[in-house]
Amino acid sequence: MAVNFAQWGNDLYTGRRSYDIVGRRRVWFTISAVLVLLSAVFLVKPGLQPGIEFRGGSEFTVSNAATSDQQPAMDAVAEVAPEEVPRVTNVGSSSIRIQTTELTNDQVDQVRTALEEAYGVTEDDVASSFIGPTWGKDVSQKAAISLVVFLVLVALVLTVYFRNWRMAVAAIIALFHDLIVTVGVYAAVGWEVTPATVIGFLTILAYSIYDTVVVFDKVRENTTGVLDQTRATYAERANLAVNQTLVRSINTSVVALLPVAGILFIGAFVLGAGTLRDIALALFVGMIVGAFSSVFLATPLEVALRVREQPIREHTAKVLAARARAAGATDAPGTEGAPVAVARATGQVRPGGHQGPVAQPRRKGRR
Amino acid sequence: MAPPTRRRHPARTLITLAVLTVAVFATIFAGTRLSDATWTPKLALDLEGGTQLILAPVAEDESQVTQETINQAIQVIRQRVDSSGVAEAEITSQGGSNIVVALPGRPSEETLDLVRTSAQMEFRPVLTYAGPQPTAAATADPSAAPTDGATAAADDAAADDAAAGSDAEEPSDEPTKDAPDSPSDAAYYITPAVQARFDELDCTDPANLTGGKSGDADKALVTCDPDGTLKYILGPVEIQGSSIANASSGLRVNQNGTVTNEWVVDLEFDGQGTKEFAAVTERLQGLTSPQNQFGIVLDGLVISAPSLDPGVVISDGKAQISGSFTRDTATGLANQLKFGALPLTFEVQSQEQISATLGSEQLEKGLIAGLIGLLLVVVYSLFQYRALGLVTVASLVIAAVLTYGVITLLSWTQGYRLSLPGVAGLIVAIGITADSFIVYFERIRDELREGRTLVAAVDRGWERARRTILASDAVNFLAAVVLYFLAVGSVRGFAFTLGLTTLLDLLIVFTFTHPVMLLIAKTRFFASGHRFSGLDPRRLGAPDQSRYVGRGRVARGPRTEPAADAGTPDAERAGLTRPAAASTLVATPTAPGGTIAERRAAARAAQQAAQDAQAGDAPPDAPPQDSPGDTGPAGQGDARRTEGSDA
Repeated sequence: MAVNFAQWGNDLYTGRRSYDIVGRRRVWFTISAVLVLLSAVFLVKPGLQPGIEFRGGSEFTVSNAATSDQQPAMDAVAEVAPEEVPRVTNVGSSSIRIQTTELTNDQVDQVRTALEEAYGVTEDDVASSFIGPTWGKDVSQKAAISLVVFLVLVALVLTVYFRNWRMAVAAIIALFHDLIVTVGVYAAVGWEVTPATVIGFLTILAYSIYDTVVVFDKVRENTTGVLDQTRATYAERANLAVNQTLVRSINTSVVALLPVAGILFIGAFVLGAGTLRDIALALFVGMIVGAFSSVFLATPLEVALRVREQPIREHTAKVLAARARAAGATDAPGTEGAPVAVARATGQVRPGGHQGPVAQPRRKGRR
Repeated sequence: MAPPTRRRHPARTLITLAVLTVAVFATIFAGTRLSDATWTPKLALDLEGGTQLILAPVAEDESQVTQETINQAIQVIRQRVDSSGVAEAEITSQGGSNIVVALPGRPSEETLDLVRTSAQMEFRPVLTYAGPQPTAAATADPSAAPTDGATAAADDAAADDAAAGSDAEEPSDEPTKDAPDSPSDAAYYITPAVQARFDELDCTDPANLTGGKSGDADKALVTCDPDGTLKYILGPVEIQGSSIANASSGLRVNQNGTVTNEWVVDLEFDGQGTKEFAAVTERLQGLTSPQNQFGIVLDGLVISAPSLDPGVVISDGKAQISGSFTRDTATGLANQLKFGALPLTFEVQSQEQISATLGSEQLEKGLIAGLIGLLLVVVYSLFQYRALGLVTVASLVIAAVLTYGVITLLSWTQGYRLSLPGVAGLIVAIGITADSFIVYFERIRDELREGRTLVAAVDRGWERARRTILASDAVNFLAAVVLYFLAVGSVRGFAFTLGLTTLLDLLIVFTFTHPVMLLIAKTRFFASGHRFSGLDPRRLGAPDQSRYVGRGRVARGPRTEPAADAGTPDAERAGLTRPAAASTLVATPTAPGGTIAERRAAARAAQQAAQDAQAGDAPPDAPPQDSPGDTGPAGQGDARRTEGSDA
């Protein structure tokens, strides 16, 4: 397996095997569009479930409790509101605090009674109150501001670094795609949005851009001076870059996903609701989507933007015309010609696949 | 090619890193011995529990406590708590009328005071001021001089009364007159007791800069400015901060309507404040410095003491404070004026210790999950990169050790506290850190595929990977910085660990992973492309294993670095002079300007390789192709022909 994987990596690098990712960009754009649409639907239909920090909620405090166990409180709440996941906290040495989402007055009374029984205390020892949603609002408001500032800065940095605004645009579109899909999946799963979730979403921003930058760096490397040669078009060079970084993308994603998957698994199935679980789901989805978008969305998008440029359009036409001429001259390449065609299409120089004197650089002033 | 200086002393870089690591831990060790440092980082509220205060805001002027004032109060408290160095405080409103402040751990009494005291702002006239140090009893301060005679006379007369006074032990606290002429009447307000307190006050002592109660509104106030650069005696309160309608900062627009480069703070009073302020400015006009100044007091400290321009009476309630502001100090003052003006005091309803809010087992299980994930990462990278995976693992271990050290250090020196989102940030960082290595290793492999020797591949791969790593880490760091400065609470803790690990990632890639790669590139195991080294050029499909060895010749065969088998000079000589032994010469297949003979030889060689590959299908346990018998004969033939054509 490792051998095959390495071999596969070689083939991808040299262009012997190449997936036409950029060429089939319409397919990927469609998939991405469908994903975004689905996410939008999920965001409307079940919608995001704001946690207690965002919408406020009910809080109960049990004083003078006989036991400091948290389980009876969870059971007491589950009795009244089964879908409720309370946040139970020990306060001081003999008090327990239970936070739930906002309950109706009836439910509040029922929970109070249940808590009295569970902890063996009198009516006076159970206090209930309503919590304002200030904190979560604060967090999300600031997060929104951070998002805007971050996007502006990233756009600037990428434009300066790649000396090309199209890469910045493609990276930011891919970023939004990742964010929307992640939030959409989160809505579909139906877990509550807590400040931890917001943190997870914010991390996706960083991760998505990071991943895209790595791929774009290779694209830029492969496409420098693309106009000075007539062997491959811009799109083919970019496609080669994506193929060459495919192994890296897979390895990175696996390595990054393994710890997150561990936390998600333990969080979802062992621990129940909590900071770890929320953050892990957001990260897990976001990382997968981010890896997908940096390969299948960002680069094709960048190419789609670039090929509209006049010089690149002319260059592509020139290369394709030259290729058509060559194909006509060699009289229909048969099965044997196929590998050569691939090699040409990806523009990688292969030993033995030399193009002859035509490919030699021409010296000026010599006829 | 990289200049040779860069790879001459990889060991030196490694030693630097080791020294750095030791320094971090030595500092912590010294801290545990000499100070209150601990070997474990402090934990935030969600992991350790903390102290919770429930505050009920009480409006001073019996006005309604609205949701908006509560929100403002929360902001003020957060600002104060953040500035006191406590990270991860959780401040919420409860029931629309109370404010819940949860501070991690057992906060100091000063921190609690900071939360409990009300934000009260008031405007008082400046009576006198001096440098921060305690002044001699018989002060030479010219502004205080006129009062000396009066107070000295009063001293004896009021001695008996003073004995009964509570806070004035020796000097009298009795004013010399029945009633002050104006709030700026220094002779009335600066009693000997006040003067004595002023003389003793040392504003360079941080204990005097914490602020707190504002003191009696009808009496003089002796206090410092928050920087500890000046101390003041201020007259009675003339305008309450609640009279401030708005405050903002901006660049000054001069009379011609052009924007200058000067930062100013604009202040606007409400109806009542406008009247009071007009009266104050009118009175202060007639006075000389320093009594033409008024002090703006927040939490008992003078945050600003602007003087009035001569001949200006501000009757429209709109004042502008100018001075040597920077953008930050101007916004800071404007915010203080705006939010500090809340007419609220806080009544502490309860104060109690609370347990970790996330249940006791969350952290433990989370860490176990993270460790399992980490173990899988190790297995995967060993599987993917063979021996090279060990470099990854070692780098991750060093990253973990350094991160732990730095966080512990920061938790001691900066009061940083690790929260659960922070832990999540660390776990995410594993992926980002490992990615740097993967980018680098893949680059090295790419270069090997191009047919370079390992040393050259490491050099070139590094040159290219370095740029990618720097760019991607820069973006990551940018995200962390933006989040840190714009976000609140737990998001900040997360952003902090993210930024920290990004920096450490760079440090480790540059000072550990790369030097180690330089070192192991010279070992036989890696340079010869051992099957388990993860850098096997054959498996990586290096084209035909041909490489240029200079003088128009190209070598085939095992890619041994001349330095690597320097131990066997015979073999080396044989390899270079007589192609039959270790290396054989063929044409340069990739050089664009090769001769026809070279190109044909390359084509043949490629065909040969393709046939070999088909026949053997690269069996994993096939003996490494470094036995000359494998490719020897063909290679020799090629070589001879090449030499012939060259000649």
